Amino acid sequence: MINFFQNLGKVTLSGFSKLGRSTFFLLQVLSGISSVIPRPRLLIAQLYSVGVLSFLIITISGLFVGMVLGLQGFYILSDFGAEEALGVMVASSLVRELGPVVAALLFAGRAGSALTAEIGLMKATEQLSGMEMMAIDPIKRIISPRFLSGFLAMPLLAALFSSIGVIGGHIAGVEMLGVDEGSYWSQMQANLDFQDDIVNGIIKSIVFGFVVSWIALFEGYDAIPTSEGVSRATTRTVVNSAFAILALDFILTALMFGDI
Amino acid sequence: MDNSVNLNSDIVSIQNVSFSHGSRKIFDDISLTIQRGKITAVMGPSGTGKTTLLKLIGGQLTPDKGSIEVDKENVHQLKRADLYTLRKRMGMLFQSGALLTDINVYDNIALPLREHTRLSESMIRTLVLMKLHAVGLRGARDLMPNELSGGMARRVALARAIALDPMMIMYDEPFTGQDPISLGTLVKLIKELNNALKLTSIIVSHDVKETASIADYIYVLSGGKIIGQGTPEQIKNSDSEWVQQFMKGDADGPVHFHYPAIDYQNDLFET
Repeated sequence: MINFFQNLGKVTLSGFSKLGRSTFFLLQVLSGISSVIPRPRLLIAQLYSVGVLSFLIITISGLFVGMVLGLQGFYILSDFGAEEALGVMVASSLVRELGPVVAALLFAGRAGSALTAEIGLMKATEQLSGMEMMAIDPIKRIISPRFLSGFLAMPLLAALFSSIGVIGGHIAGVEMLGVDEGSYWSQMQANLDFQDDIVNGIIKSIVFGFVVSWIALFEGYDAIPTSEGVSRATTRTVVNSAFAILALDFILTALMFGDI
Repeated sequence: MDNSVNLNSDIVSIQNVSFSHGSRKIFDDISLTIQRGKITAVMGPSGTGKTTLLKLIGGQLTPDKGSIEVDKENVHQLKRADLYTLRKRMGMLFQSGALLTDINVYDNIALPLREHTRLSESMIRTLVLMKLHAVGLRGARDLMPNELSGGMARRVALARAIALDPMMIMYDEPFTGQDPISLGTLVKLIKELNNALKLTSIIVSHDVKETASIADYIYVLSGGKIIGQGTPEQIKNSDSEWVQQFMKGDADGPVHFHYPAIDYQNDLFET
């Protein structure tokens, strides 16, 4: 029994100390962003590896998610004779929920894990220490550009995911199942609200980009500098990011769409 | 920067420093000084905290007790910006080289110059090529760090460490895992650079022969204490059994071959 409370205390304390370290880390990273702006080359290189290299997985997943939505939506809507509403159904589920959430989950798996492993290995091979001894702040030179690029790339990737998904829904619904093309697009245009749907979706993806980049970079920076430590940190990035994305999605949805 | 002034003064002064890592005490009230312009070696078996000592001097770790002064400045009382200014005058060669793996040799050496100076690219090019020439790797400028052998990586790291013309260089186990040719090259380079650039060198190592061949003064560490010090000659003739065992590499002596355990016979027949 005493053991149980001892362990509970230990876990709570280490949890709080990690929260403290990560908050302090975030403040350092944010203050380092000002030194990234005068050197766009650092940012462009990271935008490429975080954003452009995630392009393929986002595009293909978006296409399939959109096609599945088209199929499932058609079967349900056609029971009620409402298959013209397929376009609005596909688009609003993508823009409001699936776009930001699934793109963020994929982003955490593709780019987040890569960031953690990269930073963790840089720590393990003393590259970060080496920079400190050369009087170069690794937060400013290495971490802040990666954070900023994750933060900028995520909304763009989510928008890409949703757009490709809408095309996927069109392929499944209109081209394969014969929904009227005019009503697919016009219902979508008429019923999707820019403020309520699109802006809220973008806000979500900005929040997710911020959180996933933060988690990924902190886990790498805080990793135990051994091969096992880096591998655990990479796993934690994916797991913690998934939790954070889904929990935040609920909170944001409740704030944006629910009357809670 | 004129490094030749006050050749006889101490550049690093460590006073009564204690440091623990978790519950393990690594240094127990040690004091030592490093003379300007000389090659000073800190020797001792693995795990005695030799690398920790360099990190304390560089301000990456903070001692529990005691003070460390580098060039008359107390490292652990400096503000962050001042510490970074001081570090520009200290080079450090890590055991792994610590080169950035995503940029090539040339850019690795140019990095501190680009970060800390406002020199033009053509000036930086000249400096980088001079540093690379000094370590014999001018032709390797376009290689990536993963294309270098261990010895070459250390020489590139050495070129990077001298890029900003520091007043001293700290070498962390520079000889470990080197083939005989790389070893000879590194020993020669460390000695020549120290004299030619009027540096101060601190070598942390357990490679007795190589280190003793170039060091002006040696400290021997064990169990958190300094157990021997002097010129290589004095250390060789030390009357401490421990120092003798370490210098000669005997398997048994004050440091036992066997890790502490219960009696062998009892252990075997224990049911």
